Amino acid sequence: MSADILYFAWVRERIGMGRETIDLTAPTVRDLLAELAQRSDGHAAALSDLTQVRVAVDQVLVDLDQTLSNAREIAIFPPMTGG
Amino acid sequence: MRVVVSCDPFAPGAELDAFTKSAKGAGAVVSFTGIVRDDTGDLQALDIEHYPGMTETSLQHQAQSAQDRFGLAGVLVIHRYGLIPMGDTIMMVATAARHRKDAFQGADFLMDYLKSRAPFWKKEITRSGTAWVSAKETDEAALSQWDG
Repeated sequence: MSADILYFAWVRERIGMGRETIDLTAPTVRDLLAELAQRSDGHAAALSDLTQVRVAVDQVLVDLDQTLSNAREIAIFPPMTGG
Repeated sequence: MRVVVSCDPFAPGAELDAFTKSAKGAGAVVSFTGIVRDDTGDLQALDIEHYPGMTETSLQHQAQSAQDRFGLAGVLVIHRYGLIPMGDTIMMVATAARHRKDAFQGADFLMDYLKSRAPFWKKEITRSGTAWVSAKETDEAALSQWDG
């Protein structure tokens, strides 16, 4: 099934795009990040340190071990700095 | 409960007056206003990115949690995104309760969540370039005090 991958802040800048659609086969978030890191040097640079990456699946923050069945929108971004 | 996510400037005083009038039965109102500050003498503005859709849902959820946990009579959250010049207001939180302690704690709880769990990212615009603001470990630690 296809899923939208969204990137924000410096993750978006390093990857060089804000959104892409992929064929989602990775069983977990961690597997997906490993798969995405293979797509380009920019992806690899953005995803090299997973302690600096946060993930939301269908707009809910999740752990890296979260499973991805039926996920439609997966967002990848740095730790948040609101307020 | 009122949650606003907007790129437009707002008037904290007028917002606080309207919030106070709307908080029926409250004996205490606490507010916090965040302002773009210059720590280095070089800052011109902040550029705040957010995740449209998740931002609104997440703020609503956090405001509801604060209301339930501290029995608040009202909650107001306003957060801007986009380019915000030095000295301008970024965001405000206001809480209303019967007693001051719940109002203070509700506002503190909301701010700790906003810092680390609402999908906003600040970029500093200076004369010499731009840089993303790093998340602080102290913000994450502040959040953990509300666990349990």
